[in-house]
Amino acid sequence: MLKDITIGQYYPGDSMIHRLDPRSKIIGMLLYMVGLFLVQSLTGYAFVTAYTLILLSLSRIPVKLFIKGVKPLWFILLFTMGMHFFMTRGGAVLWEWRFLQITETGVQQGLLMAARLIFLISVTSLLTLTTTPIVLTDGLEYLMKAVFIPLAHELAMMMTIALRFIPTLIEETDKIMKAQMARGAEFDSGNLIRKAKSLIPLLVPLFLSAFRRADELAMAMEARCYRGGQNRTRLRALRMGGMDVAALILSAAFLAVCVYYG
Amino acid sequence: MIRVKDLTCVYQTPQGGVKEALKGISLELNKGEFLAVLGHNGSGKSTLAKHLNALLQPAEGSVWVDGLDTSDPKNIWEIRQRVGMVFQNPDNQLIASSVEEDTAFGPENIGLEPGLIRRRVDEALESVNMGEFKNRAVHLLSGGQKQRVAIAGIVAMRPQVLVLDEATAMLDPQGRREVMETLLHLNRDEGLTVVHITHIMEEAVFADRIVVMEEGGIVMEGTPKQVFSQVEAVKAHGLDVPAMTELAYELRQEGVTLAEDILTVEEMVAALCP
Repeated sequence: MLKDITIGQYYPGDSMIHRLDPRSKIIGMLLYMVGLFLVQSLTGYAFVTAYTLILLSLSRIPVKLFIKGVKPLWFILLFTMGMHFFMTRGGAVLWEWRFLQITETGVQQGLLMAARLIFLISVTSLLTLTTTPIVLTDGLEYLMKAVFIPLAHELAMMMTIALRFIPTLIEETDKIMKAQMARGAEFDSGNLIRKAKSLIPLLVPLFLSAFRRADELAMAMEARCYRGGQNRTRLRALRMGGMDVAALILSAAFLAVCVYYG
Repeated sequence: MIRVKDLTCVYQTPQGGVKEALKGISLELNKGEFLAVLGHNGSGKSTLAKHLNALLQPAEGSVWVDGLDTSDPKNIWEIRQRVGMVFQNPDNQLIASSVEEDTAFGPENIGLEPGLIRRRVDEALESVNMGEFKNRAVHLLSGGQKQRVAIAGIVAMRPQVLVLDEATAMLDPQGRREVMETLLHLNRDEGLTVVHITHIMEEAVFADRIVVMEEGGIVMEGTPKQVFSQVEAVKAHGLDVPAMTELAYELRQEGVTLAEDILTVEEMVAALCP
């Protein structure tokens, strides 16, 4: 289960999308998200679908990685879809039982909402799959500073570290789980409450070790002259090229079309 | 290079008591030297290390790095750039996800130009023999490789002294050998002063000088041969001697005539089959 998390996992490559400046990718994604949530009509959806598929295929990342990213969220997807099936009324009634009703509009809305979520997840993972964490946080730091968000550097550094430690902590969780299983702990039996309770012997050591790690890491960072964002330079300076301008124009055009078909 | 004078460190125990981790230590570190600091757990050797680059400030006494006083806040960054430090757990000191990005962390912090950072990073990775790994993810490396990346991260800042706080303690024999080879290369070929804190005697054999610590004080000091030839004294401080020294000691007890300062297998072979 833990190995399926694709968020923050970079997939090495040299596609057009890989080579874009992180800032244009982030802005492009934000515009995409706005467009995605503005679209209501079927034509609009068809357009968004086409745009999304082109984006994903341009990255030359195997489809199974996107599917893997969506998979852990199947419950939310199903839940949203179900809610729309039962709650949205309109059009012909397809199924009825006492006060429950599934209507044509409901089904349509449910399916579109699910598609919207799948697109959202895929495109956000497209960003992290095609951008190394450091470059991504550099881009975010720059953009946050540009809109005067305070603590931009600190937030970006927190993200860098979080991304760096995801694999380490996953490995550690696995190790602790096995150690507790060897002592007779069961993690996947019983009802929900028992399952939740069985996580305590996993979470307590995990948190303890995360705090210890944080402490040591802070010490190591200070020893390497880290003193916050002041006076800091970067190995790779961000540079916008012609492709980035094109990508930004394309993203803006996408949003415009979405607004138009609204 | 580094001068430690009457250094005392006091800390509060969780029970409310006061404990002295260092009791008036004086030590001189010469340029280009390879110094090994030995001592069992709680002897104060890590505390001493953290005083060398101003991670801790002396409670009493003083530490001077290249004439800079570590208790002066103005000097802190200058000192940390000159005295680099590698810690025990390789996982908890690598900040970025890829090898070259992590190596660049130090140079970035001291505000170098991107082009210069690039050059320093490449050179540093080359000097620890990790050049071909520069685009790898750090969590996929072995322990020894991670420690070498950590060393490269320090070397890229062009320090004069490299302090290793039990940097080999969590490694397997292969990893230890890699790190030791790297250290010897940096010390002998690139003139870096090295302070290696360890509890592995076989590593101390390569040092120019050994300092043995116990209870916050220095109890023995000298070349490896001088220190390890006093087998009983070393053992009295709760430490072992290298395996070959031990063997020579045992053989001497049985009446075999052998020198007291045998440290390595090669020396033992030479002594036994002249």
